[in-house]
Amino acid sequence: MKMKGSEAIVASLEAEGCDVAFGFPGGVMIPLYDALMDARKLRHILVRHEQGAVHAADGYARATGKVGVCMATSGPGATNLVTGIANAYLDSVPIVALTGQVRGDLIGTDAFQEADTTGITLPIVKHSYLVTDPADIPQVIHEAFHIAGTGRPGPVLIDLPVNISLAEMNYREPTGFDLPGYKPTVEGHTKQIRAAARALVDAERPVLYAGGGVISAGASPELLELAEMLQAPVTCTLMGLGGFPGTHQLFLGMLGMHGSVASNYAIHECDLLVAVGARFDDRVTGKLSAFAPHAEVIHIDVDPAEIGKNVRPFIPIVGDAQHVLARIVDEVKALGPEPGRTADWVARTEQRKEEFPFHYDEEMQEGELAPQYVIEQIDEVTGGDCIVCTDVGQNQMWATQYFKYRFPRQFISSGGLGTMGFGLPSAIGAKIGRPDKTVVDITGDGGFQMTMQEMTTAICADAPIVVAMLNNGYLGMVRQWQDLFWEKRYSATCITAQPDFAKLADAFGAVGMKVTERDEVADALREAIACGRPALIDFRVRQEENVFPMVPSGQSLDEMIGGHAPKKRRAKAAGGTPAAGKTATPAGRSTKPAAAPPGNEAAAPPGKKAGAKGGAS
Amino acid sequence: MKHILSVLVENKPGVLTRIAGLFARRGFNIDSLAVGESEKPGLSRMTITIDGAEHPIDQVTKQLHKLINVIKIRDLDPDLTISAELMLVKVRAEGDKRSEALQIAEIFRAKIVDVDRNTLTLRVVGTTEKSEALLELLQPLGIVEIVRTGPIAIARGRP
Ligand SMILES: Cc1ncc(C[n+]2csc(CCOP(=O)(O)OP(=O)(O)O)c2C)c(N)n1
Ligand SMILES: [Mg+2]
Repeated sequence: MKMKGSEAIVASLEAEGCDVAFGFPGGVMIPLYDALMDARKLRHILVRHEQGAVHAADGYARATGKVGVCMATSGPGATNLVTGIANAYLDSVPIVALTGQVRGDLIGTDAFQEADTTGITLPIVKHSYLVTDPADIPQVIHEAFHIAGTGRPGPVLIDLPVNISLAEMNYREPTGFDLPGYKPTVEGHTKQIRAAARALVDAERPVLYAGGGVISAGASPELLELAEMLQAPVTCTLMGLGGFPGTHQLFLGMLGMHGSVASNYAIHECDLLVAVGARFDDRVTGKLSAFAPHAEVIHIDVDPAEIGKNVRPFIPIVGDAQHVLARIVDEVKALGPEPGRTADWVARTEQRKEEFPFHYDEEMQEGELAPQYVIEQIDEVTGGDCIVCTDVGQNQMWATQYFKYRFPRQFISSGGLGTMGFGLPSAIGAKIGRPDKTVVDITGDGGFQMTMQEMTTAICADAPIVVAMLNNGYLGMVRQWQDLFWEKRYSATCITAQPDFAKLADAFGAVGMKVTERDEVADALREAIACGRPALIDFRVRQEENVFPMVPSGQSLDEMIGGHAPKKRRAKAAGGTPAAGKTATPAGRSTKPAAAPPGNEAAAPPGKKAGAKGGAS
Repeated sequence: MKHILSVLVENKPGVLTRIAGLFARRGFNIDSLAVGESEKPGLSRMTITIDGAEHPIDQVTKQLHKLINVIKIRDLDPDLTISAELMLVKVRAEGDKRSEALQIAEIFRAKIVDVDRNTLTLRVVGTTEKSEALLELLQPLGIVEIVRTGPIAIARGRP
């Protein structure tokens, strides 16, 4: 069929099942935007900054499991996508980014708004194309979706010189793929799978360590079945939250720098560690040489390059998490795990969970609000049935600790890159992908200001999201490091000079609220969810609250600080009467961490600069 | 230990940049890289040499494999591999030095491909070790310029 290149792009996107694209136009994109006006299935959402487009596509992809699509013009439009492409790359999120490019004959001449987009993005894409023949459009788009969404997912960029969009071409449906160098391994190696099953039934202290791969592979049911069958406790990475029900008895919580005491101790003590779709990131492992010191490691990953990169496994299995886990489940069933084999181990982890829950000073004076309480209330008010997107910093870490993620694709957060500004646009993308779900963006006062222009996008796109801002007047996570490791020298982290966010929301045409009291939290959330419009709640939270427990950068997981709960909380967790009010040691409140858990005599005291080498999250 | 990787790639724009970029980003040092068309239309073959002591070679090959345009990688066994590089070297050859240079060339079966009053240019084909040995002998004469392709390599016998 004869058509213009731009029309072929729209037709090809629609053929891939793409129903929404986030973008922002410009000179070389006018032909494509012209064609979009006539698109029947494909809806375009105009953002207010290209970073918003790519994060929205990312949030959409994570919430739906489909490939997210964003588009931007050449030069500055394309460079504005860079952060978001890197973000999707590090978190293995399937997106296709379409960028305009100057006319083919001008490429290389420093033409107006020319940037070497494929060159700039080379190290942060799974693959990229510079289209040089309009006839290639259908095939390129077909391949791009395939590459983005299969194997280890990731971003694919398509650079489209404007002459390609303008050219007449003959649209021909793509027939299969011409990708001789791309064959992701799906099925695991049978011998390895058998060996893994054997090791699992033999283990006395197994831990399943689940990462984002469990979610992208849709392997949650298999993970659950395996865990229950073996009675093996499960810990999740930031990317893996929701991959195993947070309400489950076998769930230990997140592991790593701000993970639970139960998780980090379980890693330290286990005799078998099964990593599924996780990559032993330094925020997870702490000091690598001291990670899981007593365990043999089974590593399951679809990306062979992850296996052996940081940790040399005893049994490596390359394959799709869902396929591999399903077969391990079958093998384990055939072997018949010995009932009660892990009972002591599970009891021990249970005890740890009771003894060292996440905790904070629940006592709030008038005009004082604990940020952790706000997160607990989001869980409470929504019954845990909402999608939570987060920004980066303390707000993000509390969101991992105080909300129980119950289902996959419920928790959306920038893990690998730690991109401030991700929360709001990703929430918009998630809401557009899952209009049936309540979507809450948990954000900080700093990060919100990085992409807050997207409030307009939320209004225009009719995406009624709830922005729950934990406003502490600080770039809190950096301030926390300064507090603990830099003698409280709060260089450039106080941001109390800020707009009145409730009024700002109002000015955007959204609902704005300000909450300072504990009693108002739940009602404000209910109102924001019910109002059917984008809403922002400015929660004025304790300013110098720190996130604990914490494994200082570069230290081993058993060297946590601030893991010990104050007595009253422990009594409550153990089933005793919750002591209302006065406690002698306001540990959660103090900026000084509470005492480290027992068995931790070797823990280095905080306050040493040595631990603070790396950057904040 | 030196590793010689024989890498079959799609002959598409940007492939060399992707490979070079990958090496740079992951902090792998390339000792040499030679590329040319292969026996299959549309496919090129690269010979990459890399120091295996410095970099875990399986990380290098696994990361390379992730590039969509990379089709096949062989880590060639040096004992079962024929490798050769081409080197052009220009040396000083005034007076007595000239006959000495000619003698050395003779021993190494290097061809004299250019002569002028002050210099000789030698062309030699052989293993990297052979090039190195030749250079060592030429060094005292005064080397003006060296150009090397870096080795290309092929496995012995049938695949
Ligand atoms: C784009 C970007 N710039 C800087 C950082 C470094 N950083 C990490 S957390 C943080 C503080 C975030 O402050 P805020 O959004 O107020 O969240 P809080 O930690 O106070 O909850 C900063 C500056 C980052 N992660 N991303
Ligand atoms: Mg803040």
